Amino acid sequence: MNGLSKAENNLFGGIIGSGSLHLQLNRRQKTLIVIGISSTLLIAIMIAAQLMSNQAIATNFSQQNLAPSWAHPFGTDWLGRDMFTRTIKGLSISIQIGLLASSVSVVIALVLGMCAATMGKKVDAAISWLVDLFMGVPHLVALVLIAVVFGGGAKGVIIGVALTHWPSLTRVIRAEVMQVRTSQYVQISRHLGRSRLWIATKHILPHLLPQFFVGLILIFPHAILHEAAITFLGFGLSPHSPAIGVILSESMGYLAAGMWWLAFFPGLSLLIIVRAFDVIGDNLRTLLDPHSAHE
Amino acid sequence: MNSAKYVFGKTLRMISLLIALCIVSFILVKNSPIDPVQAYIGADMMRVSEEQREQIAENWGLDKPPVEQFFNWAGAIVKGDFGSSMIYREPVIDVIGKRFAASLALMGVAWVLSGIFGFIMGIVAGMNQGKLIDRAIKWYCLTLAATPTFWLGLILLMIFSVGLGWFPIGLGVPVGVLSENVTLSEKLYHLILPALTLSIVGVANIALHTRQKLLDVLASDYVLFARANGESGFGLVWKHGLRNISLPAVTLQFASFSELFGGSVLAEQVFSYPGLGQATVQAGLRGDVPLLLGIVLISAVFVFTGNLIGDIICSVVDPRIKEGRSSV
Repeated sequence: MNGLSKAENNLFGGIIGSGSLHLQLNRRQKTLIVIGISSTLLIAIMIAAQLMSNQAIATNFSQQNLAPSWAHPFGTDWLGRDMFTRTIKGLSISIQIGLLASSVSVVIALVLGMCAATMGKKVDAAISWLVDLFMGVPHLVALVLIAVVFGGGAKGVIIGVALTHWPSLTRVIRAEVMQVRTSQYVQISRHLGRSRLWIATKHILPHLLPQFFVGLILIFPHAILHEAAITFLGFGLSPHSPAIGVILSESMGYLAAGMWWLAFFPGLSLLIIVRAFDVIGDNLRTLLDPHSAHE
Repeated sequence: MNSAKYVFGKTLRMISLLIALCIVSFILVKNSPIDPVQAYIGADMMRVSEEQREQIAENWGLDKPPVEQFFNWAGAIVKGDFGSSMIYREPVIDVIGKRFAASLALMGVAWVLSGIFGFIMGIVAGMNQGKLIDRAIKWYCLTLAATPTFWLGLILLMIFSVGLGWFPIGLGVPVGVLSENVTLSEKLYHLILPALTLSIVGVANIALHTRQKLLDVLASDYVLFARANGESGFGLVWKHGLRNISLPAVTLQFASFSELFGGSVLAEQVFSYPGLGQATVQAGLRGDVPLLLGIVLISAVFVFTGNLIGDIICSVVDPRIKEGRSSV
């Protein structure tokens, strides 16, 4: 990219023989740029949603059912509300719920995974049984059940999404802790008289931090999609809030009238957001994983 | 002998999980704000007096302590009596039976299609690693994995039903026809779009997984040896790759029952297909507790059955797993 890295490239090229001279950026730089672009997109949506006035999504009968145009990129609905503004605000709500839910899920997974791996066979059996219990019910059915028993609405959805995304990450963290715990340097450390707490914080935790952050970001897309799905089914946020699920379920009544833009753009935006999180998560994993960090 | 033991152990675990699921869901529902009497009465709220409500509650045993209620309910379930649905006004088991049949048709078609196409796509991508077609398939799968199922359903509905007019807009049967008089071809006609939606979404996982497995196999020593012997192209994959990649694919496909069920809930909602998914949504929205609990249990059995079949197929087909277990 700059002079230095080019010099480095030349240097390595000289040593290895056929380095990646034709590539201007190495993989690490590309990964960082991809992460940067995706993050910027997400942050921009969050900020934009705060800055946009509520006036554009107020009922305005002079601008009903307009097809997409420069003034209304995503068109307007049957109440004259600007769909672009509604979509951005909806995405912002989705991102917030996703962030909250995946944070809770990751913490649950971390605690349970650590416990399963370190607190003996009985605890391990109990936790893996609990994981099986949660994984045995179709995710969406579990979400419906939890959302309903917690009284529906935003509260029900958030609790539902937060409480159902930890099982697979728990398994990953459990396996990771098991592996580190039985490795030689930890055994030596124990024989040298280090306490359990010392080993847990100095040896095991540093290995879990990448799992923690990557897990957080990779749970995100699932959380957002499930939030949208359950809202679409009618359990979630109130019909007045501009959530993507609400927008799409409302649009169903107007599809037959040919108002394709009501469903097309909001759904596409959601897809792009989910994909952005996937890209960040995958690239971050490549960066943080010691096996692939230097490729 | 060993396989039987294995299946027995798995089944025992399933039963313990089902019992736990009963307890957990019962506690959840008991502590929820749902008032079963109110859910039952529904719109007639004003015409039912306080005494009548108490009589209904007493009739259902709602005045008894929760533990007793649980054992009454669980005892009935063991006998196959799930209670009666409040919104459909018939036994839960009948509602589930009828609707599950419709959903199974939908899920079955989608499951087979996505399995076959996903597997083929995975092989094609794996054989052409790094080429345009590989990148295209990968991009397609990753994008689909990020696509909301119900949105895809809406798009298909807009293109094929509204735009082209090939398919009806929703409803599992034609309007104005008694359900007994619906012919098989009409049922199939109404099945195509929802099944297509589920199949399109379903290929992503299996294709990516198969691709990765094939890459692993192609990087192995025995494939290198085969290549040195002059084998190449599809013949190589057919002889050395297919067995190794088909087992994980089968396991994965059977393990996908959970997502399949979730997907069918969404697809049924979009296309107004009268299956179990739609009943789930109705039961949840209108507080039909017996039906909701019945569906939770049945869907858990469904998911477990999928996993078990996958395990059994693997243990029967794969000699390594068979030997591995008998040596333990």
